[in-house]
Amino acid sequence: MTLARHGAQAVAAPKFRPSELLIPTPAGLYCPLADIHIDPVRPVARALITHGHSDHARAGHGAVLATRETLAIMALRYGEGFTGERQEAAPGETTRIGEVAFRFVPAGHVLGSAQIVVEARGLRIVASGDYKRERDPTCAAFEPVPCDIFITEATFGLPVFRHPPAHAEVAKLLESVRLFPERTHIVGAYSLGKAQRVMALIREAGYDRPVYVHGAMEKLTEFYALEGARLGEIRKVVAAERKSLGGEIVICPPSATQDLWARKFPDPVTAFASGWMRVRARARQKGVELPLIVSDHADWDDLQATIREVGAGEIWVTHGEAEALVHWCGTVGLRAKPLHLVGYGDEGEAEPDATPAEVTP
Amino acid sequence: MNRFAWLLDRLAYEPRRNAKLALIADYLRTTPDPDRGLALAAMTGGLVFPNAKAGLIRTLISERTDPVLFALSYDYVGDLSETVALMWPSAEEAGHGSSLPPCGGEMERGGERPGEPSPAERSPGRPPPTPIPSPRGGGEEPYPATAEPGHNRPPLTLPDVVAGLRSVGKTELPRLVASWLDALDETGRWALLKLITGGLRIGVSARLAKTAAASFGGVPADEVEQVWHGLEPPYAELFAWLEGRGARPEATDPAPFRPVMLSHPLEDGDFDRLDPAEFVAEWKWDGIRVQAVSGTKADGTRLTRLYSRTGEDIAGAFPDLVEALTLDGALDGELLVMREGAVQSFNTLQQRLNRKTVTPKMLTEFPAHIRVYDLLVDGDEDIRHLPLDERRARLEAFLRKLDGARFDLSPTIPFASWDDLAAARADPASAGAGDDAEAVEGCMIKRRSSPYLPGRPKGHWWKWKREARLVDCVLMYAQRGHGKRSSFYSDYTFGVWRQGEEGDDLVPVGKAYFGFTDEELVEIDRYVRKHTQNRFGPVREVTHNAQSGLVFEVAFEGLQRSTRHKSGLAMRFPRINRIRWDKPPAEADRIEALEQLLPAAG
Repeated sequence: MTLARHGAQAVAAPKFRPSELLIPTPAGLYCPLADIHIDPVRPVARALITHGHSDHARAGHGAVLATRETLAIMALRYGEGFTGERQEAAPGETTRIGEVAFRFVPAGHVLGSAQIVVEARGLRIVASGDYKRERDPTCAAFEPVPCDIFITEATFGLPVFRHPPAHAEVAKLLESVRLFPERTHIVGAYSLGKAQRVMALIREAGYDRPVYVHGAMEKLTEFYALEGARLGEIRKVVAAERKSLGGEIVICPPSATQDLWARKFPDPVTAFASGWMRVRARARQKGVELPLIVSDHADWDDLQATIREVGAGEIWVTHGEAEALVHWCGTVGLRAKPLHLVGYGDEGEAEPDATPAEVTP
Repeated sequence: MNRFAWLLDRLAYEPRRNAKLALIADYLRTTPDPDRGLALAAMTGGLVFPNAKAGLIRTLISERTDPVLFALSYDYVGDLSETVALMWPSAEEAGHGSSLPPCGGEMERGGERPGEPSPAERSPGRPPPTPIPSPRGGGEEPYPATAEPGHNRPPLTLPDVVAGLRSVGKTELPRLVASWLDALDETGRWALLKLITGGLRIGVSARLAKTAAASFGGVPADEVEQVWHGLEPPYAELFAWLEGRGARPEATDPAPFRPVMLSHPLEDGDFDRLDPAEFVAEWKWDGIRVQAVSGTKADGTRLTRLYSRTGEDIAGAFPDLVEALTLDGALDGELLVMREGAVQSFNTLQQRLNRKTVTPKMLTEFPAHIRVYDLLVDGDEDIRHLPLDERRARLEAFLRKLDGARFDLSPTIPFASWDDLAAARADPASAGAGDDAEAVEGCMIKRRSSPYLPGRPKGHWWKWKREARLVDCVLMYAQRGHGKRSSFYSDYTFGVWRQGEEGDDLVPVGKAYFGFTDEELVEIDRYVRKHTQNRFGPVREVTHNAQSGLVFEVAFEGLQRSTRHKSGLAMRFPRINRIRWDKPPAEADRIEALEQLLPAAG
C-alpha cells in the first residue's frame, strides 16, 4: 500500500492496518475506532450516510451524520422520525469521533451527496459512495481528494459504458417531442436526482412548456426547487387529465412507465433516462422505445480518471461490475480488491425488500 | 450507412409489428436505389460475405482491448456486435456515442449535429459550459483542431460497404473494416458489425421485410413472395414495379416459397362449438415444418428447394430429399429422420439441423424424410384455394407417383367424437401411430373445407398438444442470458436426486431458459445473486442441498437416453413451468421418476 504522502508524519506510528480503520461487514463499511457504519444496510447505532438514495440511506438508525440536504431528503422520504438523533455535516468541515477525523466532500451524484474522508494515524481512506464526474446543474461537483485508499463504486465498471453528453441525450428527447407533437413522452427517471437533473437539462435546452411529474416525485422535486435548482414550471399529473397531455413531457419513476397508469396518455412514447440504456438489450427488456443515456454514476473512463486522480495506491470496489475494475487496476499496477458489499442497488434502483445484507467471501 | 444504421437501431427498440412495418416501408420510400435494395437484402438474409466472419471482428477487437475486459463485457452485453461497437476505441467518439436524429439522411461525420453545441463549446470528454471548475484536475485534453482523421472523406454509404466486403480479399479486409469502424459512431459501428456477421437479429424476419416492401408498393405480400426468387439485390426491378414505374418482374423462379398456414392452440370450450364430422385429425409430429417445392426451369432442368416455415432455403443440407422430389409441385410436411421405417427422436433429427452442408456419413446415418400433410401446388396448378379434403386426395395421388422412400403420407386419426380423439391423443401407440408414437406431440385438427391460407387464419386449424410431463428439479447452476435476457441470470441447469456414493446428491438433468415471466426472471436473478456458491466465468453455482435451494417444476415433452449427459438422460423442450419457492429441495424428484418415462428400447 502506498503510504500517505500528505499531512503529518504519523505513518511512522505503530503498524496500523487499513482494516483497523474501515472494514466491510454484513451491515456495511464499519469503522471500529469510531464505532460507526457508513451507509449501513441494516439498522445500526451510528451511521454516516453518503446520499439519500434508499439503498444507502435507510431508516431506523440510532444516530445519523450526513449533509443537511441528505438529512432533509431522508426526512422527506421516511418522515421526521427516520433516526434517533441527527447531526449535520458541513461540506469540507472535519468531524472528530474518537481519534478518527471524518470529512464530507461533494460527490456530484445527487443533491447533498458526499464522499466521506476517513482519516486516523496518518492513513486516509475515501469512501466515495456513488459519484459522477459529468456536469450536473442540480448538485455540487465531485471534488477529488488525494488518499491512500480509495473506495469506489463500479456500477458502470465495464468498458462498454461510456456515457454520451447528457445534453445531447436530452436533445434527442426534445427532437422526438417535436416529431410526435400529438404523443405524450413519458420519461422514466429515478425520483431522487435523475428526474430533477433531466428537468434542469430540459430547461437549459430552452424548453419552456410545463413539465409534468408523477405524484411520487412531487415532494423531492419541490425540495430541489427550494434548494435553487432551476426546474421551471412543474405540474403534478392529475389522473383525469392524462388524456389531454398529448405533446407534453411527463416524468415518472421507472416502474410507472410499465404501469396501467402510463397507458392512459395519448399514444405514449416510453423513454428511460439511465446509464443502462447504453446496452440495447437492457432498453428492450424494459420496453423502452426512446433510450436516454443519462447517468448519475461515473462511466468507465471517469472511474479510471478518478482513480488516477486521487493517487491512491490501493482501490476497494464496493458494488457493481467490480471484477472488471479490479482487473483494470491490476493492469496499471494498482492494488485492488472487491468488497462484495451486498444490498446496494443499480443506479438508485434500490431493492425494495431490503433483505439483510451479507458479505460474500 | 447512417440512415441504414438508424433504421436498424429503431427496429431493435420497436416491439410492435405494425410499427416495424411502417419504419421499413418509410425507409424504402425515402431511400434511393441501390441503398434501399441492399438494406432489404440485409434484412432478408440476401447478403453473404464469405470473407467477413465473426472471427474477423474478434481478432480486431482483441488487438485493441484487454481480453479479460472484453470477455467480461461480452458476457454482460450478450451480443458480439454490440459489445465491439461499444468498446471500439475511437478518438473522435470517446464519450460521444449519440445516435442520429431520425431524418438525418447521410450525416457528415465529425461535424456538428443539430441540437448539439458547436465543437468550440464542447470539450472532448465532458462539456462544462458553466464556469464550474472542471472535475478533471490537471488532465484536460485540448480539443482537437480537426475533429478526426479523414473527416474530409465522403460519408460511408451502404453500397460502399457492400462493395468493399464483396471485393476485398481476406488479407486486406481487417484493415478496411477497422478503418470503417474508426470512422463511424456507435450506432454505425453496431449496424456495420451486424451486417458483417450476418443475421441481424433485430426482430425482423425475411417475411416481415418483404411484407413491408409489399405494403410500400400497395401489393399483397404474397405477390412479392411470388416474384422474389427471380430477383437479385439491390432489387431495382422490384422497386420500379412497387413504385408503379415498371412491369411486374417475371416470376422466373419455378420453385418459390409460399407462406405457410399455421394453427391455433386448442382452448377450453372450443370443442363445444365444433362438429367432429366437419374435421379431420392427424398426428402432430415432433419434427421441423418444411415446404418442399420442385419446378421445371425454362431450359427444362429441375429446380428443387426446401424451405423452413419462415421461407429460408435449407436445401443445401438435405441433398437426399432434394434428389427424391422428381415431380413438379409444392408439399407441406414434417421433416423427420427415419431409420428402418421408424421415426427417430427429435434429438436424432437435430444432428441434421443448422448445417450448411452435410457429409455422406450423415446422409446414411441420419436419413431425412418428409411426412407430408398438404399439397399446395400439383404440377403447375396452384390448388391452395381447394378445400382440404380435395387437396388431400390430390396429395395421395401425387405421392403414389413419387418414389416412396423419402416421402410418405401423414395418416389421419379415425374418430367419431371428440372423446375418441382425446383417447387417441392420450395413447397414440394404440391409436395408429404404432412405433412412431414417441415422435407424436399431439394432434392437429383441421376443417375439411379449409383452403390453404397464409398466416394463422382463425377457424380452420387447431393444434392439441400432448400434456407436458412435469418433474420437480433443484436449480444448480445459472448463466447469464444473451440477447433480450443479457445481464440476467436466465439459463438454468437443474438436477434431481440420486443415490450417490456418500448419500443422496443432485445430478443435472437439463437446462432451461424460458417458461417464466419477466417478473419471475427478476426474482430468480436476485435469488441467484444472493445464493452464489462459486463462480466459473459466466456461470454461477447456486446453493443446492437438501435444506437450501430453489425448486423448479420443469415441464418437458419427451425423454431420451443420452451418453452426453452425466444423468444418461436428455429432455426434449424443457421449460420452467412453475417456481416452487415453497418447496424444500429435499422434496424434489429422484432420478428414478424420470427413468420410468424413458422409451423401453434404448
